[in-house]
Amino acid sequence: MSFIKSLADRERVFDFLVPAQSPVDVRHGPILYLEDVSVSFDGFKAIDDLNLTIDDGELRCIIGPNGAGKTTMMDIITGKTRPDSGSVWFGSRHDLLTLNEPEIASLGIGRKFQKPTVFEALTVFENLELAMAADKRILPTLTARLTGEGRDRIEEVLDTIGLVELRHASAGILSHGQKQWLEIGMLLMQRPRLLLVDEPVAGMTEQEMERTAELLTGLAGKGKQSVVVVEHDMGFVRSIARTVTVLHQGSVLAEGSMDRVSSDPKVIEVYLGAEAEEEVA
Amino acid sequence: MWLTRPFNERSTRLFLGILLAALALVTVLNLAVPAGHPLHVSTYTVTLLGKYLSYALLAVAVDLVWGYLGILSLGHGAFFALGGYAMGMYLMRQIGDRGTYGDPVLPDFMVFLDWDSLPWYWLGFDMPGIAFLMVLLAPGLLALVFGFLAFRSRVTGVYLSIITQAMTFALMLAFFRNEMGFGGNNGLTDFRELLGFDLRSDATRLGLFLATGIALALGYVLCRAIVASKLGRVSVACRDAEARTRFLGYRVERFQLFVFVVSAMLAGLAGALYVPQVGIINPSEFSPIFSIEVVLWVALGGRATLYGAVIGALLVNYAKTVFTGVMPDAWLFALGGMFVLVTVFLPKGIAGLLTYRFQNQRLTHRREGEGATTTTGRGVSA
Repeated sequence: MSFIKSLADRERVFDFLVPAQSPVDVRHGPILYLEDVSVSFDGFKAIDDLNLTIDDGELRCIIGPNGAGKTTMMDIITGKTRPDSGSVWFGSRHDLLTLNEPEIASLGIGRKFQKPTVFEALTVFENLELAMAADKRILPTLTARLTGEGRDRIEEVLDTIGLVELRHASAGILSHGQKQWLEIGMLLMQRPRLLLVDEPVAGMTEQEMERTAELLTGLAGKGKQSVVVVEHDMGFVRSIARTVTVLHQGSVLAEGSMDRVSSDPKVIEVYLGAEAEEEVA
Repeated sequence: MWLTRPFNERSTRLFLGILLAALALVTVLNLAVPAGHPLHVSTYTVTLLGKYLSYALLAVAVDLVWGYLGILSLGHGAFFALGGYAMGMYLMRQIGDRGTYGDPVLPDFMVFLDWDSLPWYWLGFDMPGIAFLMVLLAPGLLALVFGFLAFRSRVTGVYLSIITQAMTFALMLAFFRNEMGFGGNNGLTDFRELLGFDLRSDATRLGLFLATGIALALGYVLCRAIVASKLGRVSVACRDAEARTRFLGYRVERFQLFVFVVSAMLAGLAGALYVPQVGIINPSEFSPIFSIEVVLWVALGGRATLYGAVIGALLVNYAKTVFTGVMPDAWLFALGGMFVLVTVFLPKGIAGLLTYRFQNQRLTHRREGEGATTTTGRGVSA
């Protein structure tokens, strides 16, 4: 009965027509909060009592040697892997451990994979169109028409990632760097609150790296996105990082500014030292 | 409207134009040209062409799931056969008391098996409305249940192909059994009338041919509309990067299920049009080999184009008719040979050859016209 009344009520738009807003509660500061998270695969502890807090609008870099648990951590946040214990909160309202992958994605957590995966058979424009926040059920998708607003949003993102000229090129012909940017663009189309970026500059040229650094630092900010970057390239991390977290054997080894972290003896021993030795050799 | 979008595409208009012209031409050559004239198309040929067209519709259905969704179904013959059986059951009930045993209700094979009443699942098949609904519902339901279980467990790739083979093989064994109540080994045959029209008359045969052609046209437009919609682009996305699509917030398994069910229903429709033209439906339509052959038609014609599937189905079946007439033993070698040749020299099938020519012409044309702008010829469909 009240539903029928609501249909007659012309003062407000029907609930089902209001686009789903990301109702993430960040009044208490952190947008992502991992506490005492552990997970093991066949007895191997991939994540061991991990605690991590990301503030709203922050750009955080996460470094660590191979096998430190960086990718597993991303898997846990996005719902691909369930931890054995611990809790993961998005804002102070959403318990991510109770949600599945699409639900987490629609809450506003976008993930960029290590290997660029764009839809190569589709054009750059179509790639962004598919990524756009929209009703993603079957029938609405079948009958969907691109609105002027949607088109503007796509153009805006094309401009941000610098692929305006290539909008009608099929994504398969893009260079490696361009594919990475397109994928970041696809994440932006979903208007995420939190971007997880896995090794964005692997295999990029010097110029592409600079552009990527510009892009990522431009994205993070209060009221915009929070960005978490997992990266191996220390030069790149130094150029963008405000706060760095070092992971080792599934837990946090050190956290702080790049200078403080790189002078921490524990860090030098497990990670930077190994690299320094490599550089010497 | 999403359903009318295909009519804006040149390829669709061209396809429909050629198909309708061919239907008209065959009709004229059959009716207006006297028998004995070299241009006369006999009713035998009309029925043969009608059979090819129903195969072409089946091939379009397979291309929809294989070409655009990346699901290699090696069991689409099962949906085709189920649609055929639904139509066959209706045709059996139409025979009435004119069967060999003269029973007013029971088909001959049930009298022969000493059954005294119709099994429950035969009830209602004397009504064309229910029977034709079952033509779509029976394959659709099987696809829904099968697809729900498979896609929910994220079974894809080779494993899915293998279980679709197992599905059609299991159904074949089941339908071979007399106790199933579908005529066992012999299947359903000896049909007389469809909606009151005598199946043996020339006019009905021409009508069935035309109906099949129109069903092919409608099925093609439906598939084209799906492919040209955003849902079609999501399907391609599922095909090329399933995990990525899931992270974009699409329920991949639901999209797979939707397209799979639509495809199964089209296959069922094709089977229903096939049965009255060949006059029999038996469990051999469920044979795994048949389903594999359908995939070969699509591969030869060109995957992910839809019209390629039609070209492939028509060409291969025409070649089969010719070959099995001239030297029956060589047919499988010829089919295998064609497949090898196309895979090596035309990886995109016969359709790939056509679009290659076409795009080259367009590119040269554009360069001559306005200088060098070489974007790919794909516009963005609003």
